[in-house]
Amino acid sequence: MAVESVLSAPALAVSVRPRRIPPAVWLIGPSIVFMAFLLGWPVVQGVLQAFRNEEGFTLEFVARMADDPYFWPAVRNTFLLIAVMIPLQFAFAIAMALLLRANPRFHKAHFFIWAIPLALSDLAAGLVWLAIFNDRGYLNSALSLVGLEGASWLAYDNQTALFVCVLIAEVWRSTSLVLVIVVSGLQGIPRDYDEAAQVFGAGFWQRLRHVTLPLLKPSLQVALILRTILAFQTFAVAQALTGQNFPLVVGETYRWYTGLQNPNVAAALALIILGASLVTSIFYLRALREKGQGN
Amino acid sequence: MNDPGLFLHRPITRRGALLAGLATALTPLLTSCAGFSTSGSTAASGSVGFLSTQFTPVEEKQRYQAVLAEFVDAPVAYNPVAPGVFASTIQTQATAGKIRTSLLGGLHGELAPLADSLDDVDGLLQDVAGKGFPPAILELTKLGGTTSKYVPWMQATYVVAVHKKALKWLPADVDVNNLSYDGFLAWGKAAKKGAGRPVFGMPAGPKGLHHRFYQGYLLPSFTGGQMTTFRNADAVDAWSYMKELWEVMVPASTNFDAMQEPLARGEVLVAWDHVARLIGAPADNPEDWLMVPAPEGPKGRGYMLIVAGLALPTGGRERDLAEQTIRELSDTRTQIETLRANGFFPVVQTELPTDLTGAISLEADAVRQQQRSKSALLALPPVGLGAKEGEVSEIFKNCFAEICLGDSPIQATLDRQATQLNTILKELDVPCWAPDPVSSGTKCEVA
Amino acid sequence: MMNPTSRVHPPVDTRPLAMRRRGRAYLQVAVLGISLFMLLPIYLISLAALSTRESLNRFPLSLLPTDVSFETLAAFLGSTGIVGAFGNSIIVGVGTLALSALFGIPAGYALARFAFAGKEPYQLFLLFTRALPIVVLSVPLAHLFLVAGIYDTTTGVILLHAALALPTTILISASVFLSVPRDVEEAARIFGCSPAGAFLKVVMPMALPGLAAASIFTFVMSWNEVLGASILTLDHRTLPAQVLTSLSDSPLAYRFAGGFALVVPSIIFIAFMRRFLTNMWGSTIR
Repeated sequence: MAVESVLSAPALAVSVRPRRIPPAVWLIGPSIVFMAFLLGWPVVQGVLQAFRNEEGFTLEFVARMADDPYFWPAVRNTFLLIAVMIPLQFAFAIAMALLLRANPRFHKAHFFIWAIPLALSDLAAGLVWLAIFNDRGYLNSALSLVGLEGASWLAYDNQTALFVCVLIAEVWRSTSLVLVIVVSGLQGIPRDYDEAAQVFGAGFWQRLRHVTLPLLKPSLQVALILRTILAFQTFAVAQALTGQNFPLVVGETYRWYTGLQNPNVAAALALIILGASLVTSIFYLRALREKGQGN
Repeated sequence: MNDPGLFLHRPITRRGALLAGLATALTPLLTSCAGFSTSGSTAASGSVGFLSTQFTPVEEKQRYQAVLAEFVDAPVAYNPVAPGVFASTIQTQATAGKIRTSLLGGLHGELAPLADSLDDVDGLLQDVAGKGFPPAILELTKLGGTTSKYVPWMQATYVVAVHKKALKWLPADVDVNNLSYDGFLAWGKAAKKGAGRPVFGMPAGPKGLHHRFYQGYLLPSFTGGQMTTFRNADAVDAWSYMKELWEVMVPASTNFDAMQEPLARGEVLVAWDHVARLIGAPADNPEDWLMVPAPEGPKGRGYMLIVAGLALPTGGRERDLAEQTIRELSDTRTQIETLRANGFFPVVQTELPTDLTGAISLEADAVRQQQRSKSALLALPPVGLGAKEGEVSEIFKNCFAEICLGDSPIQATLDRQATQLNTILKELDVPCWAPDPVSSGTKCEVA
Repeated sequence: MMNPTSRVHPPVDTRPLAMRRRGRAYLQVAVLGISLFMLLPIYLISLAALSTRESLNRFPLSLLPTDVSFETLAAFLGSTGIVGAFGNSIIVGVGTLALSALFGIPAGYALARFAFAGKEPYQLFLLFTRALPIVVLSVPLAHLFLVAGIYDTTTGVILLHAALALPTTILISASVFLSVPRDVEEAARIFGCSPAGAFLKVVMPMALPGLAAASIFTFVMSWNEVLGASILTLDHRTLPAQVLTSLSDSPLAYRFAGGFALVVPSIIFIAFMRRFLTNMWGSTIR
């Protein structure tokens, strides 16, 4: 192509030059150096804590971690929450983005409102949802105003109700992240493709599956990776709502570190989160790879 | 479609890029001054950097800063932080060898793991010996070693708060100021039947202090000890009593870290907790409230002391000013003012003022009655556990969770937890403490 | 009758129009419903922050602003160090934005445009640092900062927050640069632009929505980050580090006041940035 020959001409003119450092290295180099300098040593120290005591390498902390009565419930709860929440959130966020794209009235105001939960810290979100679900909170107050009997939504012996409450609160708090990424990704999709498909008689779901979603892949990949990593790490809402009645692995990490003053077991728990996050990220990177962008 | 102008109201011009670059360049300049100070004084030379775990709530912090301003000469930068942050800050600074604090204030259990980073204060204690610190507390300050590591700062305890509404269900033969555990339970049952729902509560949340109830109140009152009697027959009685008591308590207690909110909301009418976490409830209407000593059991009226202390970090700044501050904080007037402001009791020998009002006076009466009661049985917070303090507390919390919430058989649970407790105690190799028989040289362990 | 030459029009099928109107109506209802769901907790937090303390202890709680009072908010804002902490948070937020943009946007561009060996390991490296809960890094990180002399400064917190924000910035900008067609960029270069010029004048404007999204996440993350800031500072704290400890033990009313005060600046930032996110809605081409 004419364009390529123009671009490659300068290189051909100086043919004896030794292999240049690819420009990509200059662009990503600073970020690698920065992260490595800042977090490299702390991460190594932090990770080693899980396996090292005065004598040397040991698995006693891992054993201690697995023996704790809250460990397996925490693992189960974490994976259950992630498996249910992520698909739900993504379906919700894509639906919201498509609704916005259909240009309802005041769509700018609606978009702003839908992005507001982003601004809330998870501690504040936990606080407000606790005030809603509490025995004497807003939900029971509203029900009593209508004449209905309130229920104990956060009772420690009702794991299902606890799960649903945490799910609702987390979906409210964190779907905005996915929404904003999906919306900014939708900006890059020309309407022409969608309209062309419509002209050829494709129905709504067909257009969604074959036109919109494939073009949205880069954004969805990023949103999935970021959202899953963050989901493994947030527990402030679950802790505010349920105390220790719905343990999560990252909550246990904090409890072992700050409450029980045992950084080694905490590091072992953190490694589980790290492992799970990396495995899911690799899965997303491979499964949603763009053609031509792979290794 | 490819015209950038369509997409922006203002395209990125050279000027825009220049401004952005300027802002980026300026930021390091702005930040080089380290930011604005947030501890109330410049925390530069000439001021005392006071890192503490007490008085974290906004109002308490403001009141204590007023007390400091009035009674301490040097400017004090008072910095209350969470206990986890307290421990990591001190440990990191000690390891790196760069201490940024002058004075540390924390509970006995929070200073204990840091004993290696604290300087001896025997000399200072000599200076203020005339104030009359109780000998039991002075023993505690040694943190299990031979020299004292902190100067007593203030003390508190745990009492029971009662809303007068609950008195109508009080059984006829029970005296609310002289409760027995059986009477307490009978009252709880009558209240649950009368009100249609449980009205008793306990701080059984993740940050709640219910483990102190088992360690310092329930077990000593039923068994006469804390560690050595952990799983004997009396302990089984104690836990089966606890199981019955849990039936008449509000189930949402597993979410309560402090009782003043549920009490103020009317969700709970009778609750046991740390005085500082009860004091907010009667604040607005003290006439509707009572504070009473904890109940009495077969072996006595067990109660636990909360001791807070002032410590000097090894290598800390402004050592002279810090020592002077400690002397001024040990002064009788400062201690009484602390009581008036935030409800923590003096550790020095002094008569309490007679003009206390409101919630503080309720609390002072209850504490006095509890300590002077004939059958009072002092339980000290664990001595010499160091960094294992959290794990030992966790064992008591797990007993509650398994027995009361999980319905496990009592003796089996106690045996299992006792094995874990013994592993920790064997590692630590420390003598027992009150109310267990104290004999230095013998290791404390569960019988 | 009035116009004898008027023709009788065939009956107009109004069903498609009615269906379209119904569709639009459902759309409005759905959008409104979601907005109500999103807005309700924000409304409640504002309500509780601006109520008297006694009203929060009553049951049933009032769902309308019947006991408005600024006392808790005023007491919260007047407590020691709040103004200083606010200033520190702004400094840290702006600094984090600048630093993460400086390192992140070029890296995102490289990820999108160049194919090089080590792309996936690079992305995993970025995620690795973000995927480890920062609590286990507390002591080593504070130690590093103490030794380096940036402990208890806003500079230190900026560095940490930039490191936390880089993965987000890089990945989002990469995904956005991917959707900008290469032809446009190459066309600009043919017509005489330098590579940097082509980037600034052609690619950046088209990538602006994604970059705006990344900047929102970065600022909000930095504004709300509490654990790292508490560990790395002592006397020069950011707003969450200063406030959230004291709030967690304070009465409910103060917690609401604090939560409310914390959220307002973030909302303002989002309001400012959303123009760049949706600046393309007006044009019908996309």
